Amino acid sequence: MMKNPIIEIKNLEKSFGDLCILNKISLNVFEGENFIVFGQSGSGKSVLLKCIVGLLTPDSGEIKINGKSVLNLSNDNLNNVRKSMGFLFQGAALYDSMSVRDNLQFPLIRNYNFTNDELTQKTITTLAMVGLESAIDKMPSELSGGMKKRIGLARAIITEPKIMFYDEPTTGLDPITSKEISVLILELQRKLNMTAIVVTHDLLCAEIIADRAIVLNKGDIVEEGTIEELTASDNKLLRNFFSHEIINQ
Amino acid sequence: MDIPKIKYLRNASFQDKLKGFFLTISGLTIFNLEFFKQLFTLPIEIEQIKKHMSELGVKTFSIVSIMGFILGFVLALQSYPVLERFGATDFLPATVSLSIIRELAPILTALIFAGRVSSGIGAEISSMRVTEQIDAMEVSAVNPFKYLVVSRVIATTFILPILTIYVIMISLVGAFIAVIMTDNMSLIYFINAVVASISFGDFVPAILKTYVFGYIVGIAGSYKGYTADGGTEGVGRASTTAVVLASLLILIVDMVMVKITVWLWPSIG
Repeated sequence: MMKNPIIEIKNLEKSFGDLCILNKISLNVFEGENFIVFGQSGSGKSVLLKCIVGLLTPDSGEIKINGKSVLNLSNDNLNNVRKSMGFLFQGAALYDSMSVRDNLQFPLIRNYNFTNDELTQKTITTLAMVGLESAIDKMPSELSGGMKKRIGLARAIITEPKIMFYDEPTTGLDPITSKEISVLILELQRKLNMTAIVVTHDLLCAEIIADRAIVLNKGDIVEEGTIEELTASDNKLLRNFFSHEIINQ
Repeated sequence: MDIPKIKYLRNASFQDKLKGFFLTISGLTIFNLEFFKQLFTLPIEIEQIKKHMSELGVKTFSIVSIMGFILGFVLALQSYPVLERFGATDFLPATVSLSIIRELAPILTALIFAGRVSSGIGAEISSMRVTEQIDAMEVSAVNPFKYLVVSRVIATTFILPILTIYVIMISLVGAFIAVIMTDNMSLIYFINAVVASISFGDFVPAILKTYVFGYIVGIAGSYKGYTADGGTEGVGRASTTAVVLASLLILIVDMVMVKITVWLWPSIG
């Protein structure tokens, strides 16, 4: 099952002023796997994702995607790499001045040459994947939290990315909607054969979708393994973290 | 583009404020350089520019109409008794039109435009920043600076001169109405006197400087919005500081441009 490493990170460091967020992080994510990054709030999970996609510049270290270093790339080259990526933001980050249709078509119009018919067809097909064809002409302000996440997911996958990044995909949702979103992420990953990095502290979500996971704490990787291995760990920090998560569920 | 971040402290000392001032100047310089770099790169967001121009025109049309009319009306009412004292009421159309065209219409329209538009741009872009919409654009391989900033700044640069010309006309209408309420001057005489008193050196520099004012309004709003942080508080701050920055820059640039105009066209000094 595990193939080539799609994402390779070596000795990644990032600080904001005197505050060290990532402390020489190294990890590999393999083709087709769902890789979970656990950690408490402020442990550096989102910063790690933003460094990988080039929204933040690390202080030192190396990030390779498909064997190519993505640090110090020109904007054009970085954008070429980004075309193979999708990103679901914590608050979905839908463009609130645009309808759902325009949100989905935004990256397609600007990066590809589709005809109007092809754009409409692609939009409808992608919305069908997340079960929201009826929302095509709605504005983001008319959508519930769960619907926004689904539309955000649809916008991220409409370009058929090879790598997906999820930043807290279930945060702020009720347990039922959280489970639905987690199942949807897993289904889409299987259908589109994507590699995914999921930042979360939702154990239920991780149990549904994870192939492998790490736990971050104060910028360091505390543990790495499958969810079963992590939940069975003797590490006091992990036991505390997972016991809180189980109580929350 | 690395723009220096300004930390907003509730009880900022004089030193912090001074540091913030210099960081704003350096940030604004980097932002302007990035604008000119992006201005000449493809694609040109024509649809966005057209959309912003029509939105900005509609947004400010009513307020500048009222302002323009009252400006001309009040200026004529105030000037009449003064000119009457010297028996020079015949010079009223020339006095009023020159004041309006050379200075009052460009500067007041720009300040009203700054208040209405800079804050709007600051609020719009900053709310996109704090809700990660700008990050989402960047990750989608779309250049957010080009899409959000360049298109808005081009729109403000080209719409303000049009609004100013409109305000000049409305102001002259206001002035004429004030004049016929106090004097029996005919419309033909008023128009002839206005046309005879205006020269190239009055009209062209005044309109040219409104292009710069329009640019300032767009760039100040965009800069404050694009560099916002700190959630909803950051959105409010971006919106208000954008107006302050734009108004201040407009007044400073006006002073410099009037001096340049007088230097280039000494006859109008």
